[in-house]
Amino acid sequence: MTAAVAHTRFITGRWLRASYRQPALIIFTLVQPAIWLLLFGQVFQGVVKIPGFGDTSYIAFLTPGIVMMTALMSSGWSGTTFIADMERGVMDRLLASPVSRGGLMAGQLISNATNTLIQTVLVFVIGMAAGARYDGGPAGYAVTAVASMLVGIAFGSLSNAVALLTRQQEALIGISQFVSLPLTFMSSIMIDPQVAPHWVSVAARFNPVDWAAIAARQALSADPDWSSVLRHGGYLVAFTLIVAWLSTRAFRTYQRSV
Amino acid sequence: MATHAIRTTDLVKTYPKGQRALDGLSFSVGEGVVLGLLGPNGAGKSTTVKILTTLSRADSGTAQVAGYDVIREQDQVRHAIGYVPQKSSSDPMATGIENLVLGGRIYGLSRTDAVRRAAELLERFGLTEFGGRQVKTYSGGMQRKLDVALGLVHRPQVLFLDEPTTGLDPEARADLWTEVGRLAGSEGLTVLLTTHYLEEADRLADQLAIVDHGKIVAEGTPEGLKSELRGDSVHVELVDADTDGTVRSLLGQLPGITEIVAEGKVLRARVDHGATAVPAVLGILEDKAIPVSAVTVSRPSLDDVYLNYTGRSFQAAEEAA
Ligand SMILES: Nc1ncnc2c1ncn2[C@@H]1O[C@H](COP(=O)(O)OP(=O)(O)O)[C@@H](O)[C@H]1O
Ligand SMILES: [Mg+2]
Repeated sequence: MTAAVAHTRFITGRWLRASYRQPALIIFTLVQPAIWLLLFGQVFQGVVKIPGFGDTSYIAFLTPGIVMMTALMSSGWSGTTFIADMERGVMDRLLASPVSRGGLMAGQLISNATNTLIQTVLVFVIGMAAGARYDGGPAGYAVTAVASMLVGIAFGSLSNAVALLTRQQEALIGISQFVSLPLTFMSSIMIDPQVAPHWVSVAARFNPVDWAAIAARQALSADPDWSSVLRHGGYLVAFTLIVAWLSTRAFRTYQRSV
Repeated sequence: MATHAIRTTDLVKTYPKGQRALDGLSFSVGEGVVLGLLGPNGAGKSTTVKILTTLSRADSGTAQVAGYDVIREQDQVRHAIGYVPQKSSSDPMATGIENLVLGGRIYGLSRTDAVRRAAELLERFGLTEFGGRQVKTYSGGMQRKLDVALGLVHRPQVLFLDEPTTGLDPEARADLWTEVGRLAGSEGLTVLLTTHYLEEADRLADQLAIVDHGKIVAEGTPEGLKSELRGDSVHVELVDADTDGTVRSLLGQLPGITEIVAEGKVLRARVDHGATAVPAVLGILEDKAIPVSAVTVSRPSLDDVYLNYTGRSFQAAEEAA
């Protein structure tokens, strides 16, 4: 157990160092959500009437949604780092060492979650510059940050698992795009599902990204419904733990195929 | 058992897509020995190494490394071995030092020890001045040396080197040969080295195991294997390929000539005495007006050893792979 914790720390360090050495990539992952926020803000403004969100602006509604969407979209790329390791001999060397498999997975996910946190802060800065205001205070921001990191970790570990199972960059990117688009649209990220077709709101109820968006919006509102925050947050934590555990099992499947 | 650093018995492995990679592979290596696993591409060398390093599992058969069973005592095996995979195994985004320190930390070295060990290994492989640079800026030869250093970071008892010099230019290869040669003597380290270069096997290995189609076909010291083959080798290079087998049957009529193998324009055979065989060979070909571009005689090489045990030349096996 202590070895697993230590290994997680070493592996986290490895990925954090790698990511700050790719400033172009960091800038890209920061610029992208900014564009989405401003673009969708313009496109949907006025088109959508948002019932149940008081008199706050659409941009205030949209910002937590874009945070979750960004966390989802960037975590889809997570597994590409595993594939790069498999294309070299790095993965094989590590798997023939006493390194903790959980540490190998967790270290990479924690480093991703750190990037997610930076993106979340930036999206909020832009959203607020564009006029979004929240009454929820520090608890609201904290819930949003944690929820976005959980989305990043959960879908990052799924991406890592797909990487271990398919061992192919193309397959991984195809699958992650195929999954992330419906998750984005069958949710309250851009519009309240109540104004969308009924089946969309039904589907949204099973969508982890939507749980995160709901928990964040509630916590950010003037008078949060904490039972809803806890319930959706709880689903999200459970989902994250299950997929992270399953993904760690995927190392075995990978080892069977080499 | 303690005197065997590696022992495998009847390893069989079939990949999911139907390829039988190992077909009852058995060998053993004593402590402190450099064993060369020599075979053409696809022979099953990497598969063997992956099983011995706990990366992969055999369908059946057993293997012990450093006295531990690779399945039941997987953790002990992992601590006892260093593994340098066929593909480069360093993180290109990290520096040489970072790679080595992370490597050491994973095996439980303290930060101070890992840093000290990293410096020591960089020095040993002549990489000290590049230690602070990202590995992606290294040449192929430098990367390969770092790979070997990564395999040694925790002072393993058994080191696996899977094709350490494949893809390197001749200079980098010679350089790495020197390094591996130095490893061998040190600290009772046992080395299993796979290669498809006859010359590399000849130079580095104390003992050789020749692998073909997932089996060991011959085992011994390079010298021992060669001297088991009596007589000399004759290579006859024709101007036109012996497509209808005429030349082959002509040579077969000569006394004291055996194991004739024709591959394209080249015929190879074993003879009792090279000196008397050459005039006879040239004579019979001249009688039939068959144009010859060269005839050479040599002491048996590893190539002849391979030919003797598998019925094809190493090069032909490589081309078929
Ligand atoms: N991961 C794999 N999946 C399927 N077949 C494989 C895999 N690795 C190797 N093989 C097959 O197994 C055989 C032995 O391969 P390998 O052990 O890599 O040979 P060598 O290292 O001697 O070149 C080859 O026919 C190869 O195509
Ligand atoms: Mg190989």
